[in-house]
Amino acid sequence: MNFGFTEEQEQLRESARRFLDDRCPIPQSRKFAQTEEAFSPELWSEIIGLGWTAILVPEDHGGLGLSWLEMAVLLEETGRTLAPSPLLSTALATSLILDAGDAAAHARFLPGIADGSRIATLALLDEADAPHAASVTLVAEATEGGFRLSGTRDLIMDAGLADLFAIAFRNPDGALHLAVIEKSANGVTAKSYPTIDPSKRLGRLVLDNVEIRDEDLLHAGESESCLARALDRGAVGVCAETIGAAESALALLVEYAKTRLQFGAPIGRYQGVKHPLAEIFVDIESFRSLTYFAAWTIDQSPEELPRQASLAKAYVSDAMARIGVDSVQLHGAIGYTEEYDAQLFLKRAKWVRPAFGDADWHHDRAATLGGI
Amino acid sequence: MDFKFSEEEEAFRTEVRAFLDENLPADAKKSDQAFVAEWDRKVRAKGWVGYTWPKEVGGGGGTIAKQVILKEEMSARRAPSLGSCFMGLAWVGPGIIQYGTDDQKKRFIPDILDSKYQWCTGYSEPNVGSDLAALQCRGERDGDEYVVNGQKIWTSGAAWSKWMILLVRTDPNSRVKHDGITCLLVPMDSPGVEVRAIQNMAGYSMFSEVFFNDVRVPVANRLGEEGQGWKVTISALANERSGIAEVTQMIRKLDELKSLAKRCRHGGRPALEDSGVRRRLARFEARIEAMRLNGLRYLTKQLKGEKLSSETSVNKLHRANLEVEMGDFALDLLGGASGYFPSSEAAPDRGKWPFQALNWPEVVIGGGTPNIQKNIIAERILGLPKD
Repeated sequence: MNFGFTEEQEQLRESARRFLDDRCPIPQSRKFAQTEEAFSPELWSEIIGLGWTAILVPEDHGGLGLSWLEMAVLLEETGRTLAPSPLLSTALATSLILDAGDAAAHARFLPGIADGSRIATLALLDEADAPHAASVTLVAEATEGGFRLSGTRDLIMDAGLADLFAIAFRNPDGALHLAVIEKSANGVTAKSYPTIDPSKRLGRLVLDNVEIRDEDLLHAGESESCLARALDRGAVGVCAETIGAAESALALLVEYAKTRLQFGAPIGRYQGVKHPLAEIFVDIESFRSLTYFAAWTIDQSPEELPRQASLAKAYVSDAMARIGVDSVQLHGAIGYTEEYDAQLFLKRAKWVRPAFGDADWHHDRAATLGGI
Repeated sequence: MDFKFSEEEEAFRTEVRAFLDENLPADAKKSDQAFVAEWDRKVRAKGWVGYTWPKEVGGGGGTIAKQVILKEEMSARRAPSLGSCFMGLAWVGPGIIQYGTDDQKKRFIPDILDSKYQWCTGYSEPNVGSDLAALQCRGERDGDEYVVNGQKIWTSGAAWSKWMILLVRTDPNSRVKHDGITCLLVPMDSPGVEVRAIQNMAGYSMFSEVFFNDVRVPVANRLGEEGQGWKVTISALANERSGIAEVTQMIRKLDELKSLAKRCRHGGRPALEDSGVRRRLARFEARIEAMRLNGLRYLTKQLKGEKLSSETSVNKLHRANLEVEMGDFALDLLGGASGYFPSSEAAPDRGKWPFQALNWPEVVIGGGTPNIQKNIIAERILGLPKD
């Protein structure tokens, strides 16, 4: 029985934290967030240099062959400084290609992801708020040896940055298919839009008679369950980022509560301030446990993943919503200003809430999976 | 990470299950005194009472991991406690093991393990609850004795206990209030001890007021040094557990709520067709699962030899909220019929739900109210200034 990280995983966390504190602390994240794609090529190339894009790629494709526990550690740390990067989207696409693709697909896509030459993302759903297979409604036209795909897909993370889009669609008979589309293919346009969280971009993929050949398909696995696992990993990944963001929000609040004097005492002495901070601690501690365990199930116990992903994301969506509001509200007026960081956590909370299923969705699903 | 117990630990689980199959009939009642007495004797013979206490004092000398397994299995099968000397096992024993004299160890520990009689804890006072270190009940040294005058209150089990572990103020002038406190072991039949039962709102008299009028306690019954009483008490707290076994009870409670929901109608249709009902159940489930996993993280710390401290307040807070909310949820499912009280033949499930909805303070207030748990987290973990 050991619900703890290994020494190597702790070292990874330490080095990631040192790197981000140095290269992308929150003031720097703010600057990167102002760019078109919320992206710093310099930061990304350093991230590639650290091997973070290689974490999930098997060694024979130039990766490190590590697990989602390591990825969860990195996402938590990038969440801590709200560092904008396509790490989460790339990680999710990597795992889907790995899960659903055959050896040829692995050889074609994974080395480029590992060495950082290609950014990847998921573009799976037509109705992103209901993260399950029924939300794939885009129907392809069958062609000789493949499919032809036209349509628009929305709410794609880092759409403007990605070189590879892992997509889902249906054939004319309604069967689900997964494939990888390259941005450079004929008929593909993609564009990012700003979101409520300045450090995050979501965007639109427009496909105009895009040819999908047999070798573009990810058909080594059962498509429905590969899709479900990809969406569950998405929920867990968002939860991992949220641990770090919530911890930063709490740290800022605690610091303020210790130093802000009112009525002759630090406001942290008053239970009206002290108790909400304790409640935030309780929530973070709890969704940390749920998230770490869910991350462990991804590689070690996939049959448990659906329930664990739902319990974690349901908890995170609700709890982070409160933490975001408290970050601003407990600071008083200063928390509401643009220059102060508290508001960034509220915005992150709003971004987290619907991502890969909101609390209602996941509570409903957890109820079903829990036998009711 | 590895969520499996070792082969040896799993073999122990098999042993516990076999014991339960053999010794816990499906119709066993915890209210059947003869059955419980026999049960106490059997679990004692297995060495499962005081399972992690050192072998030298008669404990089981077992590991923390195996204790978790033991308690999990017991709880999952609704077995009676491992030994009936509840306060003795929770508070008195650990204090005596750490601070007691050899005589005290010989005199008290075997009786606690053998479930011979009950202990109660004389901590809270009419004016002293959460701020326990401000206690006023006096203990004055007079030769080989302490003379105790004052009052305790909310003393669970005082009416049927043979002994009390009592905190008194021996030095009213100590600079730090914690330093003037001494711990005494007091027979409840001492002249001058008077117990008056208090009925709680669920209709039971679990706790009492206890009055001390010139009660003489031999110095030999002092636990630890004079003025060390606070430390002695805290040492039992330091025995803080990961709380995983308690989670098993919550999981069982949730299962009961789920099966209740399957039987009930809500708003004119089957309750499980109501997404509000389903989401409330899932919200309980997420928090209980968080408690389970928090407990496993704390257990991991313990197994690595780290001491647990205030983080266990996290699960206490979850439990406090859940007890109240789950109690109310059951009443919501039952609708108007929830009002029928246990004495009524009209009460669904013999009225156990309204009883639970009124009985939570036992768990929620005893051992520190939720607001005190929040203070503990805010001050000891987050480092915020004290009130």
